Amino acid sequence: MLENLRELYQEIVFDHNRNPRNFRPIENADRKIEGYNPLCGDRITLYLKLENGRIADIGFQGQGCAISTASASLMTEIVKGKTLTEAEKLFMTFHAIVTGQDERLKLKELGKLAVLAGVRQYPSRIKCATLPWHSLEAAIKGQQEPVSTE
Amino acid sequence: MRQTALRPSAYPIAAIRADFPALHQKVHGKPLIYLDNAASSQKPRQVIETLAEFYAHDYANVHRGVHTLSERATARFEAAREAVRRFLNAKERAEIVFVRGTTEAINLVAQSYCRPRLQAGDEVLISAMEHHSNIVPWQLVCREKGAKLKVAPMNQKGELQLDEFAQLLGPQTRLVAVAHMSNALGTINPVKEICALAHLHGIPVLVDGAQAVPHLPVDVQALGCDFYAFSGHKLYGPTGIGVLYGKRALLEAMPPWQGGGEMIRRVTFEATEYNDLPYKFEAGTPAIAEAVGLGAAIEYLERLGLEAVERHEQELLAYATAKAKEIKGLKIIGEASSKGAILSFTLEGIHPHDVGTFLDHYGIAVRAGHHCAMPVMDFFNVPATTRASFALYNTYEEVDSLMAAIQEIIKVFG
Repeated sequence: MLENLRELYQEIVFDHNRNPRNFRPIENADRKIEGYNPLCGDRITLYLKLENGRIADIGFQGQGCAISTASASLMTEIVKGKTLTEAEKLFMTFHAIVTGQDERLKLKELGKLAVLAGVRQYPSRIKCATLPWHSLEAAIKGQQEPVSTE
Repeated sequence: MRQTALRPSAYPIAAIRADFPALHQKVHGKPLIYLDNAASSQKPRQVIETLAEFYAHDYANVHRGVHTLSERATARFEAAREAVRRFLNAKERAEIVFVRGTTEAINLVAQSYCRPRLQAGDEVLISAMEHHSNIVPWQLVCREKGAKLKVAPMNQKGELQLDEFAQLLGPQTRLVAVAHMSNALGTINPVKEICALAHLHGIPVLVDGAQAVPHLPVDVQALGCDFYAFSGHKLYGPTGIGVLYGKRALLEAMPPWQGGGEMIRRVTFEATEYNDLPYKFEAGTPAIAEAVGLGAAIEYLERLGLEAVERHEQELLAYATAKAKEIKGLKIIGEASSKGAILSFTLEGIHPHDVGTFLDHYGIAVRAGHHCAMPVMDFFNVPATTRASFALYNTYEEVDSLMAAIQEIIKVFG
């Protein structure tokens, strides 16, 4: 594989693309939201089960590129068990880093999610990585209407 | 398959490539292979130099001044119009309206031809393989007037179903609008037959020629179409300039679309007398240098000969198609028997966006997405495709590089 693509397409991205975690609907979900990227046709449906202000369970379905699938998969792993406030804070940090808004932010705050930081170098692909997170943000806020990146 | 060396009059590919400065650069350390020509094509130095030289010597506003520069600019602007007339074999220069591009040409016809005529219950007929720009302008005007937008179906190969198309023509049909060549599939539609069928009912036909003009000779009189639209930037010319051809009788009966300078003969606060064709439809200062540049692009194509270009691209497409079919997991989207040099495909389990990013790192520019033809993607039940679209400067070696890169991508994602 081409060396300069490795920063974006790390092994963990391929792993989550081949075997996305929590790739399932949740019956009786407390929150359900659809996300759509009209530029590339990526779609995601996100399901949240809440208990005492925490994300007790989370699942997603949809179709997208390796970056958006891996991003969604990693996101569900990381926010499961977190409070809504914690999840929202993660969203802000993730968004700031992948859109290159704040260089001072430490990648280690993202943990495993840092593998997606390489997307900063690819303006046309940033929305692939952020679509699942925008959907989560909307779900946390209790939004009903589908989320669109445009 | 690869028999170029056997042909007596070899296509001057090396000389052609030397004319296109943008092709000679590296992307991510690899020689650029530009296969996004259906989106927009690169420009030969003849066009680039014409723009610079025109601005340096002859530039002024047109049709206004009595001074020398204005007269020179006007002469060159009108010479470009004559080049377009010749290129399309239109009867007269007055039938060539300069617009911003194909999209504006179609909107002009929707607003100026259709809008005053459409009534509730009327129909506009398009095909299932149209670009959004040949769908939305009709939707807008149909919605306003309570008219219906009808869609003639295609088959799984991406060919228009001519029988069903004929069935959809009726007393309510006010206009037919079809692509000459599909941007997402490459399908070349039987425009001559379509026009003949529509004319049996007295229905005019608009042909969206954006994709066709760079690839095959177009003769609007032989096709029999009533309107023909295309853009300069896909034809190796500048952006911001395009053409609407319309038969004189139709254009004359149409009201102006936009008001302003240039399109008038006499203005008082009570009334305005409109200018003659084509100026009636060219309000405001036009894209003068861009029109002159388009003229240079047409002359470039005429020197090469569109027949030779068409032959080269058809051979390239046949070669690429055969090679693509050898790749396991690759599915070609669009297999019409009459097809232009577009190879749209999907790779099993790999999203086109990933394919596009990978190919870019191999120096290969393609389009990944829905190609502004979402209904076509829905029809084939794919969210998107990867599209390699060829032009007169592409080579067999570039096809080989594309196929090798695709094999690599399959290996990495496998």
